[in-house]
Amino acid sequence: MEIRREDIEHIADLSMLNLSEEEIETYTKNMQEIVEFANQINELDTENTLVSAFASDAYNVFRKDEVRESLSRDLLLKNAPSSNGEAYALPSME
Amino acid sequence: MEYEVIIGLEVHAELSTKTKIYCGCTNEYGSDPNTHCCPVCTGMPGALPVLNEKVVEYAVRAGLAMDCDITRESKQDRKNYFYPDTPRAYQISQFDLPLCVGGKVDVNVEGENKTIGITRIHIEDDAGKLVHDAYTGGTLVDLNRAGVPLIEIVSEPDMRSAADAVAYVEKLKGILEYIGVSDCKMQEGSLRADVNLSLRPVGQKEFGTRTETKNLNSFRSIARSIEFEIERQKAVLEAGGVVYQETRRWDDEKGEGFSMRTKENANDYRYFPEPDLLPINLSEEYIENIKKSLPELPESRKARYMSELNLPEYDAGIIISSKALSDFFEEAGKVCGNYKAVSNWIMSDIIRASREYEFEYDNMPYTAEQFGHLIQLIDSGKISGSIAKTVFEEMIKTGNEPEKIVEEKGLAQVSDEGAIKEVVDRVVAANPQSIIDYKAGKDRALGFLVGQCMKEMKGKGNPQILNKLILEILNK
Amino acid sequence: MNNIIELTASEIRELYDKKEATVPEVTKAFLAHIKEKDSEINAYITVCEEEALKQAEEVQKLMDNGEKLGPMAGIPIAVKDNICTKDIKTTCASKMLENFVSPYDATVVKKLKDEHMIILGKVNMDEFAMGGSTENSAFFKTKNPRNLSKVPGGSSGGSAASIAADMAPIALGSDTGGSIRQPASYCGIVGMKPTYGLVSRYGLVAFASSLDQVGPMSKTVADNANLLNVIAGNDEMDTTSAKVEKKDYTQALVNDVKGLRIGVPKEYFGEGLAIEVKEALEKAIEKYRSLGAVVEEFSLPTTKYALPTYYIIACAEASSNLGRFDGIRYGYRTENYSSLKDIYRNSRSEGFGKEVKRRIILGTYVLSAGYYDAYYKKAQKVRTLIKQGFEEAFEKYDVILTPTAPTTAFDLGSKIEDPLEMYLMDLYTVPINIAGVPAISIPCGTDKEGMPIGMQLIAKHFNEEMLYRFAYTFEQN
Repeated sequence: MEIRREDIEHIADLSMLNLSEEEIETYTKNMQEIVEFANQINELDTENTLVSAFASDAYNVFRKDEVRESLSRDLLLKNAPSSNGEAYALPSME
Repeated sequence: MEYEVIIGLEVHAELSTKTKIYCGCTNEYGSDPNTHCCPVCTGMPGALPVLNEKVVEYAVRAGLAMDCDITRESKQDRKNYFYPDTPRAYQISQFDLPLCVGGKVDVNVEGENKTIGITRIHIEDDAGKLVHDAYTGGTLVDLNRAGVPLIEIVSEPDMRSAADAVAYVEKLKGILEYIGVSDCKMQEGSLRADVNLSLRPVGQKEFGTRTETKNLNSFRSIARSIEFEIERQKAVLEAGGVVYQETRRWDDEKGEGFSMRTKENANDYRYFPEPDLLPINLSEEYIENIKKSLPELPESRKARYMSELNLPEYDAGIIISSKALSDFFEEAGKVCGNYKAVSNWIMSDIIRASREYEFEYDNMPYTAEQFGHLIQLIDSGKISGSIAKTVFEEMIKTGNEPEKIVEEKGLAQVSDEGAIKEVVDRVVAANPQSIIDYKAGKDRALGFLVGQCMKEMKGKGNPQILNKLILEILNK
Repeated sequence: MNNIIELTASEIRELYDKKEATVPEVTKAFLAHIKEKDSEINAYITVCEEEALKQAEEVQKLMDNGEKLGPMAGIPIAVKDNICTKDIKTTCASKMLENFVSPYDATVVKKLKDEHMIILGKVNMDEFAMGGSTENSAFFKTKNPRNLSKVPGGSSGGSAASIAADMAPIALGSDTGGSIRQPASYCGIVGMKPTYGLVSRYGLVAFASSLDQVGPMSKTVADNANLLNVIAGNDEMDTTSAKVEKKDYTQALVNDVKGLRIGVPKEYFGEGLAIEVKEALEKAIEKYRSLGAVVEEFSLPTTKYALPTYYIIACAEASSNLGRFDGIRYGYRTENYSSLKDIYRNSRSEGFGKEVKRRIILGTYVLSAGYYDAYYKKAQKVRTLIKQGFEEAFEKYDVILTPTAPTTAFDLGSKIEDPLEMYLMDLYTVPINIAGVPAISIPCGTDKEGMPIGMQLIAKHFNEEMLYRFAYTFEQN
């Protein structure tokens, strides 16, 4: 399967990344190689194989519905690039 | 051309757990922005979700109450998209293995019974809130609601009108309240619906292209947005145009729906199994236990009210439409033993008062017990029905016990025959014409005399005794 | 006592017990050495001089008061910079988190503090743990202390180099596809990737959630076991953390492998394996044989599929895990914006490095509509086959023995332009993460340039003891 530059541009859109001309070119080439490499797995017959969606065989690991202390707002917002002291701040969404 | 309207709903209900779905932050509504937050619900690097067991239980309760099959081996999936109210850039939801599938609810629309199919119910986390910042014109992000547990109830496209949709949502609301998994406060957004709607020419088998109007949080907006969208699509089709599959927004103030144009690729959510959370495997025993713990559902209450308490279907339907009201009915009825009277009061004065004084049934200014006492006062002859209305108004204003109100205001009914006789004699003597009229067959004269006596006694006279004594004189 | 910095953790502990050195003295010795040596190696992103000294004083007080402390108390440690530390920056070697200070401690960091260990600082890595040479750090390249023109390996290159350069006796790394074992091999130290779920991931900045695992890196096998004792254990904050009985791994430090069975998978000794590495491994096998172990060659036919499977799963999960870095709540925000979209796109484009973007793109691609079944779902099925391959092998063998990496440390800059060639260096390490089993890398010789060669030992789930037993026996003979 051929990876076209439009594919890379589309994927960059989905990933919220801007790519320079040069990056698009490099990534298109890289992706072509990597995807061809990845295609190897399609040699394997997995018709009757179950998926391993999880790394562990455990299940039903739950938490009790008990309140724990929240983080102080100051600490929460300390890393925010922009805030008004109460909330994270963004430019207008209009 | 005649069109058939096809409607399917996705209803989101916030679950009334104590804590959020994946962390121990409180699930309380309100509070200052960003004070119910922690590394998990704000998507801090390295933080991991842990599923609240109550969320599974509540979703299964909802599923069983809506006749669903419960998925024995279920899992959670990530739904990836970028939006500032979604701190991890993915919502944790369920994709191909929702907790509940294939249910149904019965609704009654204008006297006609219909069954609405439930495709699935799954669990997921709610997003935060974006608020317009009046100072800067910018947007502020409040993550208090981020991570609040939701169930999404997806219906089959079984509804054909706004009335169907409203009846369906009312029904869901009732069930969720009854089984105690959501408080369904629509004004707080804890119950909201997305409407999928399409038209097709009558007789056509295939569905037309549907639109999805998102986030409707009142019955009124559900009904109005549906009416609007039906007319809009009709107009498009009749003009020979094409309905586009799109997401729409409803502006309740303007009474109009708007297209939210998004890029065509924006819907590629790249679902995949959430690797931070392990599968949910529910045993037969677990499901059986929840089934056993389910409270009586509205339908069965309604049937009981009709068969055991002899309520008319309409009245029973009104009472069960709100769990709070129905609970009130049962408790007050138990206190006074006169369910019929409680029902009559609900149908008239209580419903009216709730509108007039703007209170919710789960937060009435008087308790069910107090109200039961009010009925007892009437039934024991201590006050008359008309005085009771005065006492009821007083209960709303003060929240005081009816006995106390009667006592303080001197509203107790006079049942002393001697005292009443005195008044009757005086009134009859002052109205000789009434006796003539009565004897001439004018029954109205009796009513007039009773009214005059009552007026004299400031409404406190026992009406039965009054009647009896006046008739004695008249029939002499 | 100017050789303090060359001591192992156990030896330092002995000094404390004999009152021949104090915790502040030892801490100061390491801090001084970092100051002198790190300008050459570039292992540390953040050195916590003040906090370390303060902590050292406190621990010393406890010791002076005769409190009974654990075996790692007072031992200085370097922590990989993708493990969250409250009040100390956690950068993931990314411009994106250059100034990020976590509001909470990772569970493993809490455990280090509870044990009264001294955090010397946070060490360099490939950005967000993506890479095998630490050249993908946004800040600087770390050099291999054994030869400054070589890479230290990666992504836990700073952890490995800090130990190899005596700038820490012990360190924490993280391993998603070999990120502990490969740098351990390149720098000639011991590195353990525990069973998935043995060590909590809470507070480890996620690269690939179903593969990531924190693990100990050290000069000796005994130190390694001691550090694993500190960090292992179930954590209610991480649902993938296993509910297994707490063990004392030092009990496994037994110098005896007689009668135990070693499987040697032939697929790990094929094309691409450097001849000197192969020879060193053969010698190691001979040694085990001479110590009474039973060695047998066998086949793990799914081996060649592990690498593509790994890159599909790891990148898919990473593309989702890294979505949260958007310039809104923390981390880098572009200066160049007028709309929300600008914040997202420009912050991410300016904040992430090349390799991170490459993996986000690959991961997004394999999850996107139309490709999910062919790649992600297929990879999850292959994952099942790979797991089964190991399960079957462990019915026959106590450990599987392989090289850790196909070559010794390569020259700085030599592979950075060719991602696929770089990925091939992970050939022998990624199957372990896919299967979730534990593996340890220990030094087993050097090549003619004097660069260390690593041997990887693999055991079945939660059988770290077996690895320590084999590693210890090898180390002692």
